[in-house]
Amino acid sequence: MNDRLRLFCFVIVFGIGLIQLQVGAFGQGPSDSKTDSVLKLIDSKISEMWEAHSLKPSNPASDGEWCRRVHLDLIGRIPTVDELKRFTNDKSDSRKRSLVERLLYSDEYTEEFARHWTTVWSNLLIGRTGGTGNNSMISRDGMHKFLRDSFARGTPYDQFVKELITANGTVQPGSSDFNGAANFLIDKVNQDSAAQATAATSQLFLGLQVQCTQCHNHPFNDWKQQKYWEMNAFFRQTRAFRGRTDADSPILADQDFRGESGNIDEADLFYELRNGLLKVAYPVFVDGTEIPKSGYVNAVNRRQELASLVVSSPYFGRMMLNRMWAHFLGYGLVNPIDDMGPHNLPSHPELLDELAELFVGSEYDLRQLMTWIVLSKPYSLSSECNSNNQMDDPLLGQTPKFSHFYIRQMTAEQLYESMLVLAGGGAGELSYEDQEAQRNRWLRLFTTTFGNDEGRESTTFNGTIPQILLMFNGEMTRNATKGQSGLISKAAAMNNADSVNILFQAGLSRQPTREETRIAQSLLQARGGNRTEALEDLWWVILNSNEFIFVH
Amino acid sequence: MKKESAWQTPRGMSRRHFMSHVAGASALLGSSLALGNSLQAHAAELKRRGKAAILLWMGGGPSTIDLFDLKPGASTGGPFRPIATSGDVQICEHLPLLAQNMDKLSIVRNMSTREADHTRGTYYMQTGFVPQPNIEYPSYGSVISHQLHSARQDLEIPPFISIGGGSEGPGFLGMAWAPFVVDSNGNVQNLNMGVEANRLAERVQALKALETRFIKQNRGPAAAEHAAVIQKTLNLMTSQQMDAFRVEREPEQMRERYGNNNFGRGCLMARRLVETGVSFVEVNFGGWDNHQNIFPTLQNNRLPNLDQGMSALVEDLSQRGMLQDTAIIWMGEFGRTPRINGDTGRDHWARCWSVVVGGAGLKPGIAVGQTNEDGTAVEGASYSSENLMATICKALGISLSTTFTSTSGRPIKIANGAKPIDELFG
Repeated sequence: MNDRLRLFCFVIVFGIGLIQLQVGAFGQGPSDSKTDSVLKLIDSKISEMWEAHSLKPSNPASDGEWCRRVHLDLIGRIPTVDELKRFTNDKSDSRKRSLVERLLYSDEYTEEFARHWTTVWSNLLIGRTGGTGNNSMISRDGMHKFLRDSFARGTPYDQFVKELITANGTVQPGSSDFNGAANFLIDKVNQDSAAQATAATSQLFLGLQVQCTQCHNHPFNDWKQQKYWEMNAFFRQTRAFRGRTDADSPILADQDFRGESGNIDEADLFYELRNGLLKVAYPVFVDGTEIPKSGYVNAVNRRQELASLVVSSPYFGRMMLNRMWAHFLGYGLVNPIDDMGPHNLPSHPELLDELAELFVGSEYDLRQLMTWIVLSKPYSLSSECNSNNQMDDPLLGQTPKFSHFYIRQMTAEQLYESMLVLAGGGAGELSYEDQEAQRNRWLRLFTTTFGNDEGRESTTFNGTIPQILLMFNGEMTRNATKGQSGLISKAAAMNNADSVNILFQAGLSRQPTREETRIAQSLLQARGGNRTEALEDLWWVILNSNEFIFVH
Repeated sequence: MKKESAWQTPRGMSRRHFMSHVAGASALLGSSLALGNSLQAHAAELKRRGKAAILLWMGGGPSTIDLFDLKPGASTGGPFRPIATSGDVQICEHLPLLAQNMDKLSIVRNMSTREADHTRGTYYMQTGFVPQPNIEYPSYGSVISHQLHSARQDLEIPPFISIGGGSEGPGFLGMAWAPFVVDSNGNVQNLNMGVEANRLAERVQALKALETRFIKQNRGPAAAEHAAVIQKTLNLMTSQQMDAFRVEREPEQMRERYGNNNFGRGCLMARRLVETGVSFVEVNFGGWDNHQNIFPTLQNNRLPNLDQGMSALVEDLSQRGMLQDTAIIWMGEFGRTPRINGDTGRDHWARCWSVVVGGAGLKPGIAVGQTNEDGTAVEGASYSSENLMATICKALGISLSTTFTSTSGRPIKIANGAKPIDELFG
């Protein structure tokens, strides 16, 4: 009896602890009234533009279509048939809100959410190939660990960026002084006077492309070469060191900058003008803010100063807002999304400013921003155009007005994760590391690097022949279209109509049309009544269709 | 016994022929197949027939002051010495095989551009336009394969091949003109489905129905482009011309002559592809971004492969009578600083640098333009990316009054309406 009571108490205490932990670690959804007012703002600013251009927006997307896109954009894969049904069976007005809240805030999805955004941000910070070359000091595992923790915890965006810019420590998980954030800069500070660190920091977090001003004044705005080198000066106290042996982790560290003319109290650098003259530069932020010139880390830590200046810059919130807007809606309010200098005007300037301000005001809460965008009207629209709005298409060289959803290809990673979940959550027994290794092997099949110091990459997963070949004949498709695969064997056990339905729901989040049911029937005939083979064929067809590969 | 069905391969029909039916190739290519009949081809087309171009792309920005425009004795000159060649020019001593073939090539020494950032420079040199936010321009390979396409009806593999990747895309010309990327071993992954031909045909037939439904729903041009690329993929999967990628089928002697390395194999594959009818091949050879320790890197690492591969290509094309129809372009995104930096390297430099061109009737063996004594500025007139592009187009019989229409309906002149480099003609 006593024991029972104790157990009972323990359960209660432990249970409460869990709830607290959950709330503490993962925060809570935004309040409905706040969300309502932001949605109103977005919808009114976007509609104003439609009216100004006499555009009739498309109809809302079907529930299935919306459910598919929101899964792809928030957690990086298509919904399972069960997830789809759970959503479409919910007839309440708040079903979209409930789904978004589930994907963003429930424990069920924490891992997938963090994984997806880890992918997105690894590609931004170190590229798809960072850490795979012989000379690279990057540890992809270390970068992933930092990102996964940040997204799972819901670290505010300003804090996240500060940690990246100011990181010191070793880059490999498990090493002493490990700091995964150091992977961002580890390959970018030693070569070419930290040119890459300068360019990446300005471009990723501020949307300012200073790299062209390394060698000359900017061709179409008023930035001078001086600006580049003044930004560059912030990275001159930073150095990356290789481990003594291969097993030792590389380490990113601050060190005093003696200055190029040797006066550490006013540590300077020199650059060459196009006419061959040398000019001096000290750390000055893009808005003209100067910091003390000392090269001593203890007197002035230049990266710490830079991080504070970056996160308080008006460009900072705007850049992230634009990035997130483009993530969900296909194009930014400024395009290219990370070229937000004064020469490149936004399509919806008021929306950009006001929404950025709300994002800053939310203490840089990324999940709140995601909620606002995916619940907004433009995100809810169908990608089917009407006769009035088909010219609203950035592919036709128009400034986006968001009067319909712009279709876009899944990324290679979204495809991979979708195929994995279609295979039945497959990777099951594999450890996290093994899953990562498997995924990386697959992704590397179509990523190439260029022979230059910027680590610029290209992918053949871009809608061209190699990608079609991969989808037609690649190992992943072959495995997925084998009779033994989870989905097909499951379908084969159903009656004819249900088996066809489940494949369409799994791949395309919708029911087959009558014509498609007839096609499935013909395939069955062609296979001499062998249902498993016919389902293999049908599944191959679905996986290779434009409707599957596009986010729409 | 299988049931008879509408999708089974009719007996006596070749797989390729059959494929072209099921996949609707006849619909796509029908009208142009008729045009392709040589009897109906008009004069302009005859002129373009058999023309092709090979771009040897030196990613990273090669130090042309050390290769093709040496400044011995100047403080900027570096340690390499110039040697005489079979043409009326001198080049670097570490390019001895190429020197024997400079009677077939010319150097343009007065290139002057403004883009010294890799991304912008690559875009500018490969498209003839500086990057602009609202329009994507097509690269050389896309423009040239698009223009020469009507003279290449028999080609079943893509007209624009990039060996080693790295090219700019097709821009507003659309994904149908995107480069087909292979590695230097010519490996094309995933060519076979592993099911019988009739089953493949049935799958494709069903796929076509799904594709068409989605396209008809009016969701923008990307959906239809997907279907067009599927069509090209099917052509390729069934084509004998894929043999052109098989460099290993060349005699061993020939492979040795080009060099058993990525660049050498790429050059050899380029020749095989052009022989097969491909109109544009790009061979990528990176590693020129030598901010440090430039001279040993060039001498020991880059120049031997460049020398062997490029000289073999030019000589081989010439011996086969193909050089008169094939333009060669050797270039990177910019040159490198005359000033040698503190790490004994050279940095990015776009103000004065060189490219090498030849073939397709371009005047051989000369140097166009010149730079000053220490190689820091062009003396006299200079040329830029669009002039070079106009030159190549003209040599290939592509009219310089060609105007494209961008996706937004803007008229875009080929090579930005620039004049070709006069010295290379007549």
